Amino acid sequence: MQVCIAHLYPELMNLYGDRGNVIALERRAAWRGWEVEMRRVGLGDPFDLGEADLIFLGGGEDRSQQLIFRDLLEEKAASLRRAVEQGAAVLAICGGYQLLGRHYRPAQGDEIPGLGLLDAHTEAGERRLIGDVVAESPPLGGATLVGFENHSGRTFLGEGVTPLARVRAGFGNNGEDGTEGAVWRGVVGTYLHGAVLPKNPALADYLLRRAMEHRAGRPVELSPLDDAAEERAHRALLHRPGGRR
Amino acid sequence: MRQTVAVGAGKLTRQLSRWSGRGGSTLPGRVVLALEPDFLRRMAAQVGTGSLLVTGTNGKTTTANLLAGMLRRGHRVCHNAAGANLLVGLTTAFLTECDPWGRLRAELAVLEVDEATMPRAAAELSPVGGVVTNFFRDQLDRYGELEHSVELVRRGLAHFRPGGFLALNADDPLVAGLAEGTDLRAVYFGVDDASLGTSRREHAAEARTCRCGQPLGYRRYFYAHLGHWACSECGLARPEPAISLRRLRPRAEGARLTVATPRGELEFTFPLPGLYNVYNVLGALAAAWAMGEDVPALGRDLAEYSTVFGRMERLRVRGREVRLALVKNPVGFNQVLRTLGQERGEQVLVLAINDRYADGTDVSWLWDVDFEPLAGASSRIIASGIRAADMALRLKYAGVPPQRVSVIERPITALERALAGIGAGGVVWVLPTYTALLELRADMARRGWARRFWRV
Ligand SMILES: [Zn+2]
Repeated sequence: MQVCIAHLYPELMNLYGDRGNVIALERRAAWRGWEVEMRRVGLGDPFDLGEADLIFLGGGEDRSQQLIFRDLLEEKAASLRRAVEQGAAVLAICGGYQLLGRHYRPAQGDEIPGLGLLDAHTEAGERRLIGDVVAESPPLGGATLVGFENHSGRTFLGEGVTPLARVRAGFGNNGEDGTEGAVWRGVVGTYLHGAVLPKNPALADYLLRRAMEHRAGRPVELSPLDDAAEERAHRALLHRPGGRR
Repeated sequence: MRQTVAVGAGKLTRQLSRWSGRGGSTLPGRVVLALEPDFLRRMAAQVGTGSLLVTGTNGKTTTANLLAGMLRRGHRVCHNAAGANLLVGLTTAFLTECDPWGRLRAELAVLEVDEATMPRAAAELSPVGGVVTNFFRDQLDRYGELEHSVELVRRGLAHFRPGGFLALNADDPLVAGLAEGTDLRAVYFGVDDASLGTSRREHAAEARTCRCGQPLGYRRYFYAHLGHWACSECGLARPEPAISLRRLRPRAEGARLTVATPRGELEFTFPLPGLYNVYNVLGALAAAWAMGEDVPALGRDLAEYSTVFGRMERLRVRGREVRLALVKNPVGFNQVLRTLGQERGEQVLVLAINDRYADGTDVSWLWDVDFEPLAGASSRIIASGIRAADMALRLKYAGVPPQRVSVIERPITALERALAGIGAGGVVWVLPTYTALLELRADMARRGWARRFWRV
């Protein structure tokens, strides 16, 4: 079987090893005998995201975000929305996650509209929230997630989305309400870099399975993999002394 | 009086820390600064010819070492050779060149300075000139965003002496514009040999945008985002370099370089491998030329240059060759991997990744390194350091078969295992991050393998 992964703005939106997420998805599909069609979708690329089973959008520096913003809103929004309605999976990290929300409120000036795909909004914050994160994810059956966060925006969730996880260490969405990330249908937004998927195979497989089911049009059972190396890296972050808050 | 006490205390500390087997490159400076906060300013007043600061993400140490070596032909030079590039490190460097009464014996200072330290260091030292090598993403969690680093360097430049000079890498669009808005004289250096580049960008390279907001176009990429760039929107383009590489021919030991200068062409064999080291030579030559040095004579000296602390160093341990090369970001890591990939013969790799403050506390940059070529190689690999598990995981996803990778957290234990498992004629490559290198060095010194490493 084949699954199609669209990597949005691979050159402009790639912070803290976000590219590792795409590598992880590709390998974990291949180890299970699935072929991966990887589409790198840049500025002005007319690729129809409705064709993709999984869409990935990484984080970016402010300048990169400004550069892709219009293209995302004007050229990609409609096909991205259609893909989600048809059940495709989406993973968006940090700046990419913020862009999927309703709007971004800067310290000064007008609100900037987002895609509105997630019922969430982001406000500018003063201090950057930086460090390791350990969080527990009810939507993933209570699996722990580990990663590295570095953001100044504070994201607040609305009624229409579920938090991806509750932080045990680190700041998460806003440093106040203990939530981290958001889930709605097949869309997952998170602040976790790391890259997040290689160290959190539960999240990788959750997304992969949705993508495969989208392609196959029926439930898919993922065969188990030898995740010893993944678990070792995961545990190493789980038990880091003190953290760096 | 306070000066004398501070210098005395500093010198004593330095002696003690050397005897105890530590490098002694920061503690003495810390003692002096605590006793005499104005120490650097006083030193600056005594440096006759002035101070030169070398900054940028990669290549600071090598460039500063090369430049100091060149200027030593005619001057007594104060220089922080061990790469201690924060304020305390600079202080220690001056301390070394002081007599017990705090009188400076050096007439010129060549100092490698961390980007974040540039504003303070330049404010205290009022430099006459500088070199900016390049800007890459490095230890982002410490400095915030890349543009912040550029801004810090720019802030430092405001404190340079009027009429001073800046040697700038023409091939890095973030560096090339730095002299703008200052009254400093820009001396550009760059690579003109187009056969060394490609038209494709590597993974670690970021898309660069022009100050007008448009993505920059590249005719040629040399490595990462270094290349021949131009903006089709506003016409901004790579400046013409005064010091440029015309031709590079690989040799068994290093490379044969032809360099164009305003004083004619130089040709010499340079023993450090890798294009990134060529940029370091060009940067040092550009600064030396701006200082009025006899450039043709420098070419002859360069051929004799031997490697500096940790930046690719060869030593023999138990009859085996060990090569040490510091790694700290994707661009540098890719360069070292490319170099070792070109060599035949048996190899064992020790990749030692720490995540202490000086390394950058986040190791996500490992995902931007192109480890994929290792998948097809035959070398065995030991993942080591505090983040050994992350390193091993990265190798797994690069397609390296798990049976070729082992995990040994302590770097010295990893090195011993590597030495035990390789035949005569084989090479052990050790690629550590900064603090892993320091740790390894201390452990090696204790075993008597590499004594007096602080002497460069
Ligand atoms: Zn422009």
